[in-house]
Amino acid sequence: MQNERRKGRLGSRGLTTDRAAGVALAAFAIFVLWESRNVPFGTTAQPGPGTVPVLLALTLLLCSGVVVAGGAAAPRVASLPWTEWRQAVAILGSCAFMALALERLGYRLTIFVTLLALVSLVEGKGWVVGTIFALGFSWGTYFLFKTLLGVPMPLGPFGF
Amino acid sequence: MVETLQNLASGFAVALSPSVLLYAFVGCIVGTLVGLLPGVGPLAGISLLLPLSFGLDATTAIVLLAGIYYGAMYGGSTTSILMRIPGEAASVMTCIDGYAMTEKGRAGAALALAAVGSYVAGTVSVVALMVLAPPLAEFALRFGPPENFALLVLGLLVLAFMSGGSMAKALAMAALGLLLGMVGIDTMTGFFRFHYGILELGDGIGVVPTAVGLFGISEILLSAGKTTKAEIHKPRLRELLPTRQEWRQSRWPIARGTVLGFVIGIIPGPGHVISTFVSYALERRLSKHPEQFGQGAVEGVAGPEAANNAATSGAFVPMLALGLPSGAVPAIMLAAMMIHGIAPGPLLIQQQPELFWGFIASMYVGNVVLLILNLPLVGLFVNILRIPYAFLYPAILAFATLGVYAVNNSVVDIWIMAGTGLLGYALRKFDFEIAPIVLGLVLAPMIELSFRQSLAMSAGSYTIFATRPITAVMLLVGLALLLVSFRHVFTGRTGWRGAIGLEGNP
Repeated sequence: MQNERRKGRLGSRGLTTDRAAGVALAAFAIFVLWESRNVPFGTTAQPGPGTVPVLLALTLLLCSGVVVAGGAAAPRVASLPWTEWRQAVAILGSCAFMALALERLGYRLTIFVTLLALVSLVEGKGWVVGTIFALGFSWGTYFLFKTLLGVPMPLGPFGF
Repeated sequence: MVETLQNLASGFAVALSPSVLLYAFVGCIVGTLVGLLPGVGPLAGISLLLPLSFGLDATTAIVLLAGIYYGAMYGGSTTSILMRIPGEAASVMTCIDGYAMTEKGRAGAALALAAVGSYVAGTVSVVALMVLAPPLAEFALRFGPPENFALLVLGLLVLAFMSGGSMAKALAMAALGLLLGMVGIDTMTGFFRFHYGILELGDGIGVVPTAVGLFGISEILLSAGKTTKAEIHKPRLRELLPTRQEWRQSRWPIARGTVLGFVIGIIPGPGHVISTFVSYALERRLSKHPEQFGQGAVEGVAGPEAANNAATSGAFVPMLALGLPSGAVPAIMLAAMMIHGIAPGPLLIQQQPELFWGFIASMYVGNVVLLILNLPLVGLFVNILRIPYAFLYPAILAFATLGVYAVNNSVVDIWIMAGTGLLGYALRKFDFEIAPIVLGLVLAPMIELSFRQSLAMSAGSYTIFATRPITAVMLLVGLALLLVSFRHVFTGRTGWRGAIGLEGNP
């Protein structure tokens, strides 16, 4: 009976979204407080560059605490649908690829590879369709933005 | 009054110049397309297209972005009416009776009422903006650093108060945004904060990559894998006119929606969303046939659409007069101004009259463009919705990356975009509002500077925030909002926020 009451007060619902997010935000606030020790605080009368970050981190810590304290009624993290996680991982991976490749391979090649991977591999639309789409988009947008609109875009090692 | 009309005339001279007119036109079309795409919305659209405005002069850039904003409001209504899919949050109420009218074969009438209601509300509210903004800016010229600090803090508190979900969660997001704004060089001492050896972070975390990531990339992450297709109704041109009775039924809802939307739009927060809910509830309360709501009531389309558009103009009042963004979209437009070297604030109208009056005039022009353009072209626009999402989101991702890179030619911005995209994805999954983050990021340098300048003025005494009347009043109002928002924790009763579904856990 006591175990059931204890579970009812605290953990029977598992980790809720509010509590998980609250803990993460609190951890970030503590991290900022720790890092702020390297930034001159000044005094309360003459605040330095470290004063406002510390005050904000304390505010975030307080708000996170309130969120965690009141987070029992929020949905459980385990109950959230994550059906799109594969595409999400692929999209974030594409962003990382574009960041690494854009100035090394140039705009057109980078975007071509990214779109081909997303459309053909991730979305399964076939290599022919994916190639046509990726080629058309990467070259078409390069023409539109670089040639017509004059937006600077990186060239790759092969001159395009 | 004469001076106002003269200024407006010079504004029209700017707005009707070929280049500005072209970009107003482009903005309206792009905005409508953006609004049509479910989930992309005006915020993601403006964020994605902001970098493309960098090559333009300030006035043209703001006109383009504003065109996207109110074009997206109309585009969102189109999918609501034709497909029962809201293009963005403010179009949710239009879904209910708009789609019901479509099912009765009155899609064209619903679209026309939405368009005309938006036009009337937009035009009237621009007049109100024109009349209100200059005296408000003059009043704000009396503001010093303490007043600026109090105003910015109050703006954040009001935004948090009006946002959906709990106040604590919204404040946490605002604090997070403010903290992100602390990265970079401290303006008063030149100290390099939280940069971890990355030179590009000297100027801080950019608003553009953050906004694109939080709104654009997170939306792509959340929507990826969607395969549902809805039936699309394509109305014929000759079916576009409402009947005389439908016009009669819509005129007072349009009038009420205009006033309601404008007033709510001025207040920091998601005014264009809240105004539509309040307008719908009001029209149902006032209607002689409330049972018709949900079955294709004309008032259920005309009122919310007018409110939505009027709120858009209302949101520009504090942005232009005070330099205070009342939401994420005005915050991004403010950032656009700063990128173009324009200092927002009460002096904007005096120092940049061609920008202010050109912007006002372009809103008149934009409303006309939207009305003329969108009704005949609605059949063309809805074809955009036939593009499979599997092709659409990679294209949006590529545009986003290009846009973000173009800001500073820096891959660090792409990393920031990806990081904030992941952050936004997680926060939205966990039901946190992300708009306060962008607002906090934009306002952080101003809040910190005002705070430290105030203490410099008072030789370190905090009583300066209590002894200056305007400052004290604003801070007291902010404190009252905090107490009111947490009142239900102590009384156990749901307040008005809970009644309209804004309340979450504490």
